[in-house]
Amino acid sequence: MKHLLSIEQLSRTEIEAILDRAESFAEVGRRDIKKVPTLRGRTVVSLFYESSTRTSSSFDLAAKRLSADLVSVKAAGSSVEKGESLKDTITTLSAYDPAAIVIRHPYAGAAQMVAGWTEAAVVNAGDGKHEHPSQALLDVYTLRRRLGSLEGVRIWIVGDVLHSRVARSNLLAFERMGAEVTVCGPPTLIPRGIEELGCEVSYSLDGIEEADVVYALRMQKERMSESFVPSLREYAANFQIDSRRLNPRQLLMHPGPVNRGVELSGEAIDSPQSLIAEQVAAGLVVRMAILYELLAGSEGQSPAAEGEGGKPTPIGTPA
Amino acid sequence: MSLTDALDVRDGEAAHLVLRRASVLDPGAGIDAVHDVVIRDGRVATLAAPGEADADGAEVVEAEGLHAFPAFFDPHVHLRTPGHEHKEDVETGTRAAAAGGYCGILAMANTEPPVSTAADITALREQAQAGASVPVGFLATVTKGMRGEELTEMVELREAGAVGFSDDGLPITDAGVMRRALQYQHLCGGNIALHEEDPALSGDGAMHEGAVSAALGLAGVPSVSESTMVARDCGLAGYERARIHVQHLSAAESVEVVRAAKAAGVQISAEASPHHLCLTDEEVRSLDPHRFKMNPPLREERDRQALIEGLRDGTVECIATDHAPHQPEEKDVPFEQAAMGVTGLETAFAALHTELVLPGTIDLALLVERMGGGAEPFDLERPSLAPDAEANVVLCDLGAEWTVGEDGYESRSANSWCAGKTLTGRVLMTVAAGQVAYRLRSFSLGVAA
Repeated sequence: MKHLLSIEQLSRTEIEAILDRAESFAEVGRRDIKKVPTLRGRTVVSLFYESSTRTSSSFDLAAKRLSADLVSVKAAGSSVEKGESLKDTITTLSAYDPAAIVIRHPYAGAAQMVAGWTEAAVVNAGDGKHEHPSQALLDVYTLRRRLGSLEGVRIWIVGDVLHSRVARSNLLAFERMGAEVTVCGPPTLIPRGIEELGCEVSYSLDGIEEADVVYALRMQKERMSESFVPSLREYAANFQIDSRRLNPRQLLMHPGPVNRGVELSGEAIDSPQSLIAEQVAAGLVVRMAILYELLAGSEGQSPAAEGEGGKPTPIGTPA
Repeated sequence: MSLTDALDVRDGEAAHLVLRRASVLDPGAGIDAVHDVVIRDGRVATLAAPGEADADGAEVVEAEGLHAFPAFFDPHVHLRTPGHEHKEDVETGTRAAAAGGYCGILAMANTEPPVSTAADITALREQAQAGASVPVGFLATVTKGMRGEELTEMVELREAGAVGFSDDGLPITDAGVMRRALQYQHLCGGNIALHEEDPALSGDGAMHEGAVSAALGLAGVPSVSESTMVARDCGLAGYERARIHVQHLSAAESVEVVRAAKAAGVQISAEASPHHLCLTDEEVRSLDPHRFKMNPPLREERDRQALIEGLRDGTVECIATDHAPHQPEEKDVPFEQAAMGVTGLETAFAALHTELVLPGTIDLALLVERMGGGAEPFDLERPSLAPDAEANVVLCDLGAEWTVGEDGYESRSANSWCAGKTLTGRVLMTVAAGQVAYRLRSFSLGVAA
């Protein structure tokens, strides 16, 4: 695997390889020294054209935990504000000979284009409303840890599917891992033709009791002014996941940040069924695994070669 | 009117040629046989029996096995001048047209500033007289500055030589303004070419709305954003007994509306572009804006089939390229940010020959007919090979394979939807308005023959 551009391009085997690798990093994370030397001397550029907390911080920390040199560029305050084109920015940053470029961009296909302009491995950290593959991988990782397998698991993705890259990547990843997916939301926020991706479509929460996992999406306030839904109040009345709608056997997920009281009630967020905190924790190890697979995995190195028991060696440990 | 009377071209030497043993096909004139085509003083002098024509000082082109058609006419080209000469201008755009086998084109008015005054038309006509390889006509905008609010001085524009009117690039959203333009047409004449799109429905869409846009997360342009506007304007044109030309039909629903309007007696003509006839939105999965981003967008297979059926039954009387040159920096950006449009003049015939004629979808005669069908909607004579017609001839090698872009382009821009494709059928020579407008270099060196 040279780049991580989309879930669409990944096979189940490739997804499982990343998840397995993430498991080994989870073990490293429980040690006192959480850093491994794998990417020592190599450079990772993280280039964010949109605001992000979870994704950017976890990619940055993942690179540091792997001992890479990290260059973080935010569009705000950079040459992007001076009108530099994406292509020129990539050319400029490529002069540092980075091993990887992690990019988030407001438009679909940006990461794919970047892959054509640089020698570095490119990681798509979200391209417009298209895909967010690392989010889908961490969500699959979280579920696999909890359930063992996604085979036959029924997952409802609820909310603004139209504007959500998370919905698209997760739908594909869940299906590839054997889950059955239903997308649910008001008809104005479900894209025409989405069922051709193999999912069921529901315009109401009727039937959600059959779900094993409820994956709620963030509802953005601007959608009201664009009259996709008449009001947040009406949206919440029809689509909010609360303790009344969630039964005790179901798991609850959300990519964050949550609008408390809109797509999720406060008590649902804080309930024991909620995997939201686990998702965030998974974000770090899965992103370490992604960088590892792209930058070290391709060299045929196995973690076993680096340390005993198939675990990456913590930094400072004699090899 | 003949093309030379109505349009402008650089004055040159009148062609004096014999196309020896060419397979001549002119469905409009009922000609389909091998002839020596004799072109003298810029006119088709005779179609002689094969091998019989006297050279009489003319250049003799050995054309056995080659096809001579009436040259093509494109009613929808963006020459980008004034304002965007870094993309195209009269000289490069008409060279591209000549290389594609065209003997006449109409240039759209969505330049910067838009072509809205008589002075604009006059200046463009002077440029064409100085440097156009093939006759060019210029449309003026329907509304001032293409703002969709007030009509341009349409009478004066016509007197200055505007062939017709169009706000192409933008729809005329205000039905009241549209209606006034159609009423005023009874005074000023000239067809009105319409870019049909309801912006309230197309919004910030970057591609056709359907399963592919759902998978890619791109905002969609629904088919109804086009077809509802076509329906509105068919209604208005019928009511005002005015005449309209619908540009770049893309949706099956629009073809249906045009068909019904024609049956009801509305004076309406319609065009389809080669890319809409050959491609579908499946191509957009590549997210390649260079070849696959345009407005209207590539639609689904059912739409493509409806356009082809429209070509067959005459609902769509002409093929128009919507040749829309852009520079790499406007296309080397993510799909949603990229400029809309692809070039098409140099590849239209070869692409349609390869994609539609060779597989047997349509026959060659229909393609030739529709490639010339864009003249009559604008009151221009259809190019013909009938004796005594003005010489507008394209000589093609239908067996020649070539890779698009390999030898560069005549156009100043390279955003061809065919870039990198291997096509079968190549224009070797174009005679436009009685002058030799183009020769393929290898052919003129005698290699291809």
